[in-house]
Amino acid sequence: MKMHRITFGLNGEKVSLEVEPSDVLLDVLRGKLGIKSPKVGCDRGDCGTCTVLMNGKTIRSCLALAVEADGTEIVTLEGANTRKWTQKLQKKFHEKNAFQCGFCAPGVILSATELLEKNAKPSMHDIKEAIAGNLCRCTGYEPIVEAIDEAAKGK
Amino acid sequence: MDLQKLIAKPKKSARPKTGGDGLEVVGKSVQRIDGWEKIKGAAQYTDDLQFGPGLLYAALVESPHAHARIKSVDISAAEKLGGVVKVVTGRNFTQKFGLYMNDRYVFATDIVRFVGEQVAAVVATDPKIALRGAALVKVVYEELPAVMDAVKALEKDSPLVHPNLGSYTHVPWFFPKPGTNIAHWRKIRKGDLAKGFKDADLVLEDTYIVPRYAHCAIEPHSAIGLYDASGRLTMWTSSQSPFTQRHVFAETLKSFGLSHKDVRVISTYIGGGFGGKAGVTMEILAAALAIAVPGRPVKLLWNRAQEFYNTYQRLGCTAKIKMGVSKAGKITALDFKLHWDAGAYVEYGANVVNAAGLSASGPYRVDNLSVDSMCTYTNLPPCGAYRGFGYSEFLFGLESHITRMATELGIDPVEFRKKNAIKEGDTLPYGAHMNPNGIREAIEKVEKEINWGVKEKSKDPNKAIGKAVVCFWKSPAMPPNASSSAFLKFNEDGSVNILVSGMEIGQGLLTVMAQIAGEVLALPVSKIRVETPDTDRNPYEWQTVGSHVTWGCGNAVKRAALEARERIFDLVQRVHCLDKSTLYLQDECVKCRTKPDFALPFRDFVINGIQAEDHTFKGGPIMGSGVFMPEFASAISNPETGQGGHPNVHYTTGSAGIILEVDRETGKMKIKKVALAVDCGKAINPDLVKGQIVGGLLQGFATVLYEDMRYDAKGRLLNPNFSDYKIPTSMDMPEQVVPIIIEVAQPDGPYGARGVGEHTMIPCAPLVANAVADALGVRIKSMPVTKEKVALAVKAAGKK
Repeated sequence: MKMHRITFGLNGEKVSLEVEPSDVLLDVLRGKLGIKSPKVGCDRGDCGTCTVLMNGKTIRSCLALAVEADGTEIVTLEGANTRKWTQKLQKKFHEKNAFQCGFCAPGVILSATELLEKNAKPSMHDIKEAIAGNLCRCTGYEPIVEAIDEAAKGK
Repeated sequence: MDLQKLIAKPKKSARPKTGGDGLEVVGKSVQRIDGWEKIKGAAQYTDDLQFGPGLLYAALVESPHAHARIKSVDISAAEKLGGVVKVVTGRNFTQKFGLYMNDRYVFATDIVRFVGEQVAAVVATDPKIALRGAALVKVVYEELPAVMDAVKALEKDSPLVHPNLGSYTHVPWFFPKPGTNIAHWRKIRKGDLAKGFKDADLVLEDTYIVPRYAHCAIEPHSAIGLYDASGRLTMWTSSQSPFTQRHVFAETLKSFGLSHKDVRVISTYIGGGFGGKAGVTMEILAAALAIAVPGRPVKLLWNRAQEFYNTYQRLGCTAKIKMGVSKAGKITALDFKLHWDAGAYVEYGANVVNAAGLSASGPYRVDNLSVDSMCTYTNLPPCGAYRGFGYSEFLFGLESHITRMATELGIDPVEFRKKNAIKEGDTLPYGAHMNPNGIREAIEKVEKEINWGVKEKSKDPNKAIGKAVVCFWKSPAMPPNASSSAFLKFNEDGSVNILVSGMEIGQGLLTVMAQIAGEVLALPVSKIRVETPDTDRNPYEWQTVGSHVTWGCGNAVKRAALEARERIFDLVQRVHCLDKSTLYLQDECVKCRTKPDFALPFRDFVINGIQAEDHTFKGGPIMGSGVFMPEFASAISNPETGQGGHPNVHYTTGSAGIILEVDRETGKMKIKKVALAVDCGKAINPDLVKGQIVGGLLQGFATVLYEDMRYDAKGRLLNPNFSDYKIPTSMDMPEQVVPIIIEVAQPDGPYGARGVGEHTMIPCAPLVANAVADALGVRIKSMPVTKEKVALAVKAAGKK
């Protein structure tokens, strides 16, 4: 099979590797690059646990081919850990118990980071909508929504 | 010299007072000790573990039929595919296995019994090659008549799912009926049913239907196995039950020379369990495949569709209720028949049937009671543990029925519940007595919270508002000898590591165990580390199921901490000649009531001992171990009446109330407010209890408003994904959730605690059904209570 060389920014560092045309970005991140915060949950874009930032926007990395990442900036939670809003969110997530099993947390925090980077004064509806693509089976979402709201308000 | 004379005699206590209950760590909402690694994306789940380039991947060949004979399996083409390392079929593994009944096969050998059942597996160097190899395995089937319905499965001419049922081994408290599809029949006969119905002023009989449900943990099941040259099988599994898995692996694979000491199960964080990762499901395949490719790690990862059709599902239930009530509002008789669709294998699911049968009276005193809880084989996927363990299913009918009967008699349904609610000391369905509980307080708090009795009107004339209050109870369902144990070790700096095998499944177990030990040892939680288990290093825990680990594992941890404290006191008494009874722990030091200036920091002696006057050292590393088994429990009773044993260790009770807005035309429902009060005995960590309430409620509402598993006539699951099986998103949250904690201590619980994890989802279905009836006068008797059903019922009622 013909391999493609792709080069992209990953959490601030340049990576370059050969991939098959059918390789999925999520599998390449997890299997070839050792980036484990994006998880495999449904493999069809339903659950959001594979969420990563591509050029600052959240995408489902299970629905993106690795070749699509060529020339982009990919940020996973490992890299977002240094962003201002991500840190504020994490502090609040910890305080409010806005996770239980933790499996959806990386995706949720990245979706919330994207929201607050674009809109620092979101309404409750904005918050719910921003994370509506990230399924959580444990928390009932309430502490997540509260944590994002309080992070935005700087409480 | 007489040492005793040197020991100072106790005087008045010098120990300063703490809070009202004297507790410093327990009862506080300390932050989770597994928090930072989870929210930084660093927490490792099973599929995140790295095994290097030698890792092999497995893919399955699955049955397309609900019931068929396997005529032949041709693996030759798959074996020839480049990159395929091994093809495994049922012939390689013939031992049956199971948790409570050995009715399950590693791979189907002669007969497949549900669509999706594993027939063979292909192990390859790459997951894509494994899938291509699986597609090359040719299986010839002869289709057999199948049965998809638990009630039809009882008919005389029904196909038999397990013709050899009579030869299966099982626990002594199961009563299968060979020659039928009945895998277990739990009977309860208490009081005089005929007299009870005679004493009734109103008798109502009806049927309520509950479909199957899926757990939908966001992390799919995954397992990696490695069988090495020393004859050791190491399994990394996403599991609620590492020790139970070790036992099942060792028993099932003992023909390969494995004994328990050779099997090691390592369970890291798991991405949600909800009962779906209890017992053993797909993990047995990874264990068998590891044996088939010795020396190389092999991984099996479930995809989302397999997650739906080949793990445990929640059992479907058809509940037939006949209840008698007096004019005064007393339940005089209850005849409850529960027909459970448990699927093709019931090795775990039959115990759900058992648990529900033992407790089908609900949290009410019912003197004249008959329960028939019948576990039926069908040719649908196997069912097993699911948060609530059968209680959600029977409570839907029971709590719907109670509201209907109270309303028909003109009695306030909340007063009715208060009148009949079970009290401490009341006789339980199986003859033992009820534990202390706060159910009345729960009802009163919930009733107040939703302003019960005050009819509310929506601002929108197209919408009606309904209210409901229901009660719930649940006991851990576990063998009478299910036990927990703990090791506790001090470190040089006075910090502590605790080893347990209770699983952190999101509920916060690690934090709660640290709090219990911290309370005994006067240590802050920040000085204690508790991690997920490795069965070689951590002591035994039966399983993390049944909401019992705060209680069971918590008791073991408390005992381990007390033992360590005793060793500290013994040492200090021996070296410093202070009477043990005057010693206490505070601020990470040993102190003495009679000698206020004495304060010996842990870090000064917990590893290296205390130096005596002669410069020698006394003591050594301080450790503790603790074991807990409920020695009063017994599962043996009269099979015809269920009387005589003590199968349930205690019940957690509570009540929930709802304010529901319903659109008269579309049936669309909005939860304006929900309040849930649960008596957890003692909230070791109130925030974590609230987390269970808020999260459990939404999972419960999901089963009543959105979810249900749909099968076609051939037994194929039609909605094995999140597009067609809708679980709630953030847009589906109730407008307001009010968690209420009640604390009536459990006498044998650590600091009075009892379990709370499952209970918070079980009242949801009758809450919604009763609130819809209150709002619009229509009664929905089958779950889910969808807007479609409500709208059609309103339309039909209008036509009458």
